[in-house]
This record gives sequence, C-alpha cells and structure tokens, in this order.
Amino acid sequence: MRHLKLLRIGPLGFRIGSHWRSPVAALDDLYRDYPAPQDGIADFNVHLFAARPWRRVLRPSVHIAGDFVIPDAAPLPLAQGLLAAEMGMNLQVALGLRRYLLLHAAMVERGGRAVLMTGISGAGKSTLAALLMARGWRLMGDEFALIDCATGLSHAFPRLVSLKNEAIDVVAQALPDARFGPLLEGTPKGAIRHLVPDARAIAAMAVPAEPSLILFPRFGFEAAERPVLPSEAFVRLTQASTNYVTLAERGFDALTRLVQTVPARAIDYPDAATALAMVEALA
Amino acid sequence: MNPALLLARVLRDPGAIGGLDASDWNALWAVARAEQLAGTLAHRIAGLPMPHAAARLVEDAIASAEQGRTAALWEAEMARRALAGIEAPVVLLKGTAYAAAGLSPSTGRVIGDLDILVPRDAIEDVEAALLAAGWEWVKPDPYDDAYYRRWMHELPPLIHRDRDKMIDVHHTILPLTARIRPDAAALLADSMALENGLRILAPQDMLCHAAAHLFADGDLAGGMRNLWDIHCLLGEFGFEGLAARAAQHGLGAAMAQAVRQSVRLYGTDAPAEWQGWDALDPLFHRRLTARDTWGRSTRKAVQLGFYLRSHALRMPPTMLARHLWTKWRKGHRPA
Amino acid sequence: MYYRAADPATLRIVPLDALTLIYHRASGITHIVDAPVPEILEILGEGPRDVAGLLAVLGERFDLADPDSAALAVRLDELVAAGLVERTCAI
Repeated sequence: MRHLKLLRIGPLGFRIGSHWRSPVAALDDLYRDYPAPQDGIADFNVHLFAARPWRRVLRPSVHIAGDFVIPDAAPLPLAQGLLAAEMGMNLQVALGLRRYLLLHAAMVERGGRAVLMTGISGAGKSTLAALLMARGWRLMGDEFALIDCATGLSHAFPRLVSLKNEAIDVVAQALPDARFGPLLEGTPKGAIRHLVPDARAIAAMAVPAEPSLILFPRFGFEAAERPVLPSEAFVRLTQASTNYVTLAERGFDALTRLVQTVPARAIDYPDAATALAMVEALA
Repeated sequence: MNPALLLARVLRDPGAIGGLDASDWNALWAVARAEQLAGTLAHRIAGLPMPHAAARLVEDAIASAEQGRTAALWEAEMARRALAGIEAPVVLLKGTAYAAAGLSPSTGRVIGDLDILVPRDAIEDVEAALLAAGWEWVKPDPYDDAYYRRWMHELPPLIHRDRDKMIDVHHTILPLTARIRPDAAALLADSMALENGLRILAPQDMLCHAAAHLFADGDLAGGMRNLWDIHCLLGEFGFEGLAARAAQHGLGAAMAQAVRQSVRLYGTDAPAEWQGWDALDPLFHRRLTARDTWGRSTRKAVQLGFYLRSHALRMPPTMLARHLWTKWRKGHRPA
Repeated sequence: MYYRAADPATLRIVPLDALTLIYHRASGITHIVDAPVPEILEILGEGPRDVAGLLAVLGERFDLADPDSAALAVRLDELVAAGLVERTCAI
C-alpha cells in the first residue's frame, strides 16, 4: 500500500491504505482537522486496491477490503475513490465494532442531551442531521451512534456527512460556508457529496452525551407522530444494530436500559422544514 | 520484520510486545485478524504493559472470542438434543471439541462451523434427525450434492434455519477420494465421552486430525491458526504414541511435518527425533507466513501451487478434471 | 413426554409493556415472548412436567383462562426449537 492515511473519528482509529494517491489526498483534505488514532494504533484497517496490477492504471477500479471480510463488495471507479474509502470505513465499523453497541442512527446533541434518529436508508437521517447542525445543534454523526454498554452514554461518530441527490442543494443552501467534497455523480446511490462537519462537531467529537430521545423518522408522509412502546423500540433497534448479537449480554443490558429510560417516538414528515420543527418541539 | 513472523514471535513470547512501535502494532493486529488469531493474541498479551489503544483492542478481541465460544457450544448442545434419539456416537471435531473439553487451543480461538464425526452407517439417521430439527441444505445444486455424497468425507453442509449456523457431518476425516485413508473406525472406537454424552477424539487422534487438516485436507490458508492448535495440543498431550497412531492413519508424514513447522514457528518443545528440516519445509514455512502488513496474502505463485496440490491430494486426476470442468461450465473460474 | 426449562440462572427476564425479553446466557440468543411463556419457564424451571401437569399448575397459579392442551403442546414445541425448553424422557 503506497499511500496511507491515519485518522480518528469519535473514539475510533482508522488506518487506510491505497494503491492510488487520489483517495488518500481527498481524505487528507476533508479530514484535515481530525486527529490521528490514539497512540497511533488503529482499531480498523481499510485497503483500497486494484485486483490486478494493470488495473491500477487501466480503467482503474477500486476494490475495498479490510480486517473484517466484506462479502461481494463491488468495486468502484477511481473517480469515486473517496466514496470507496468512506464505505470501507463504515463497513469495518459495522462488521468489527465490539466496544460499543452500534446503532444505525444519526445523532445530534444540545445541552448534553442527544437525539437519536434511526430508520431505513432514505428516511432522511443524514439530511436532518446536517440541517440540525445548521440550526446550532452539535452534529454527533449521520450514520452510527455508539452506545457505551457500561455507562449508557452515546459516543459521537462524526464522519463526513454523506448527502445524496436532492439533499445536496438543500444542505448547501442551509450551510453556505461549509466545506464539501467533490460532487460524485453516478454512484450506486446516485449523486453523492460529502459535507465536512463543522468545527464544533470535530472539536467535541470525544465528548459523549446522554441519550434523551429516540426518533424513528419516515419521509414522504403527512406529518404525524406517535409514541413507540419500549418493546417495539427494542425490536426496531436490534434491527438497526449490526453488532447487538456479538455483544452478548452487554448488548442486551445496554439496549434494554436504553429503551426503558429513553422515550421513543415515530414521526412521519412530508418535508425537511416540518421535520425540523417536529424534532425541535419534541427534544 | 515479516508481520506474520512478528505475530508468531509474540505468540511464543508475549513479552516481545515491549519493543513494538505503533506501526508494528497495526501490522500485528491486521495479521492476527487475517489469520483468525486475534482472540488468541489478545489472551496471550492481556495484562502486560502496552499502549492504551492496544489494551482496548485486547479487551474487544477477548469479548468477541467469548461470544463465539458461547455460540459454538450452544450449537453443539442443540445438535446433541437433535441427535439424542440416535444410538451412534457423535464426536465433536476441531474448535468446538477444544472448547467443549476446555483444551488450551480453545483460549480465544475463533470457532467456525460445527464439525461432527459419526459412523458412516449412521449418516442417514443423523441427516434425517437434523432435518427434522430445523437444519436445511445450503446448496440446492444437484451436482454439488451428488459430488459431496459420493466423494467427500461429509454430508453437504447444512444450515440451521433460525440460528443461521452451519453443521458439517463427517464420517471420516479426509475425503474418500484422497489416497490417504485414515482409520475412521479407530477414531470412533477410541473417542472419549464428555459429561453431556457428546464425544471428542482421543488425544493422538486429535493431533492427527489437526495435521491432516493443515497439510492434506486444506490449501494451507489460515495455516498459522491450525498450526497454533497443533502447538498447543502437543504441549498438552506430548508425543507418546503419536508416531504410531499417525502411521496407522497414513498420516505419518503429515504429522512429522506439522511438528517440524510448529517447532520452527512457535518453538514447540519436541523430542530430537521429531526435529529436523527437510528440503520442502522452507516452502511450507514461507506459505504459512505469507502476509503483508495489512494482513493480505502475498506470494501468489506459492499459493497457486498449494491450491493445485490440495486438490490433487483430495481427488485422483481424472476426477479432478471432471470436477473442474463441471464447475467451469457453470461459470465458475479458479481465482 | 416430560419437559424441562433452561436453568433459571441462565435466563435474564425483563418484562417490557406488553412483551417480555428473555436473554438466554447459554445460547447468547434474545427471545421476545408473550404470556404465558415466562410463566411456563418459571414452572418448568422448578422441575420437569408433562403437558397435563403443566396445564394444571398454569391454571392454579396464574388463573389461566381457556386451558387448551393442544395449544400448549404447540407452544412447548416452539420453546423446544428455541432451546429454552428440553424434552426429557423421565423425571
């Protein structure tokens, strides 16, 4: 691996190796304000490599691998090398994390209280997290919330916010001074552009927060909200976790405590403005 | 230093972590994970002075291995319940056997599928009982199925529909196509009962199986872990009667080579007659330790040689050709 | 045919609103169950019983309405498949 990047996001350290310079150059730029892994020792390794030597130059195609094996991770063109690195990091965390209960959720914080927003892809988690950041919330992450099994506190994972399609312009208007990565067209998920979390999110990324509200947002419906019972929240959060089973009894303790102590609500929303108003009213 | 050799050195002598810098630590974990030895490494170095970030990885790897152990032993227990009505002995093999018997290779060890050995004439009853208890065929492909049943030393793999765990039911420890025919009747006859009625192989047979698995039955992928098993088992059981038993199974050469590699890589304490280093040994040693600092396999040419060798040992040549042709026609290509 | 439940020491039982969570330490599996599963596990945790015996205790101790032994046998089969209950030949 000729090109190397070491960085820390929240409590997790990454070591990323690449056959090509460009993905590492993009990471160097966008993650320039992020620290190195603690003690220089990474929790996860990601490799971006060419399957055959000549494919480094001829129609270069970026394969993604790491310590924890990814079944059938399709390669990406070199122009999407940044996306490959981000996918690689996410996959390693999803497959390999054992230190925290991982919930697939966006998370923002105000006054030490964290709001978790979880739901299927397309529920608008990343967009809502970015827009809440624009309204003065601390962005803790747009993809993963890390629950400490011993304390119940939630740790931030403020990676680059991955904005897709229409959300790209919406967020660019709300955050005119923010830093963005290159516009990546034609990815498996359409157009993608990465937003760099603001200085406050990066500076406070090692600071955990007390979960105070769990939301299950759903985009594309008339505005509505309803309370979610602990048993339903439990089932939905096990489905939103990649490592609940591997944490064994620690995971059970963390999740039962979360659903028993933190209120949960399902919210349906037709547009971002409505969703922001609903979240701020509930939080 | 070759990172696989660094891993071997730390497994032999955990105190060696004292001299590691951050990039050594990164390479060490990458290789340990690739070789499925992270939990083993973690147990070896736990409690020693080390950077905080490394200590956290140790804790994670130990917890992860513990969860894997629970799941593996539970799978064995569910198989025991499913097969309780069958008269035949059910012998646990490999990782599950080490864990169930509390043997030293099991400390931190990753345990894969559940492997059991049963008498060949009981295999239909075993199959029926497992199917009745929620296991299902993994491969619906009739060619693969026929191939397994005719030539392999196991039923086609079954997976449990709720727990998503595989079971491999063997009636011997090498395929029937291999020229080497271990004495399956002796494996069963000398197996030993655990408290719950499940059985494990006799100590020397356990070593023979591990050696067969390392050299004769596999392509040496993940060999450092298999060899660590052998190193630990030799420490636990010693060498008494080992040569004779290996010879009885036709595994004398494999056993001897496994011991030589174990001595070389992990410093196993072996009697003089087991030591030595013959012409092909360096090739095995290089293949076993072919990893870069990202844990990726290196030395592709060496690997291909072993892949073909592995196939040749399992199947006579004409059968190999027929097998590969059938695979290729269906769109498979060798990697 | 008698039934025996998993050792109570291996079960973590957490009632939530309508449903009950059971973490089974021996398997590492979490079960989400409805009544009368926790009650069945409690009774069979005290010692093996057959369907009739179990039904009698359920009625007596938990005032179980509509005692239906066929339905209970089906429920027991599910618990056997889940590994929370084991079939046993003798007491």
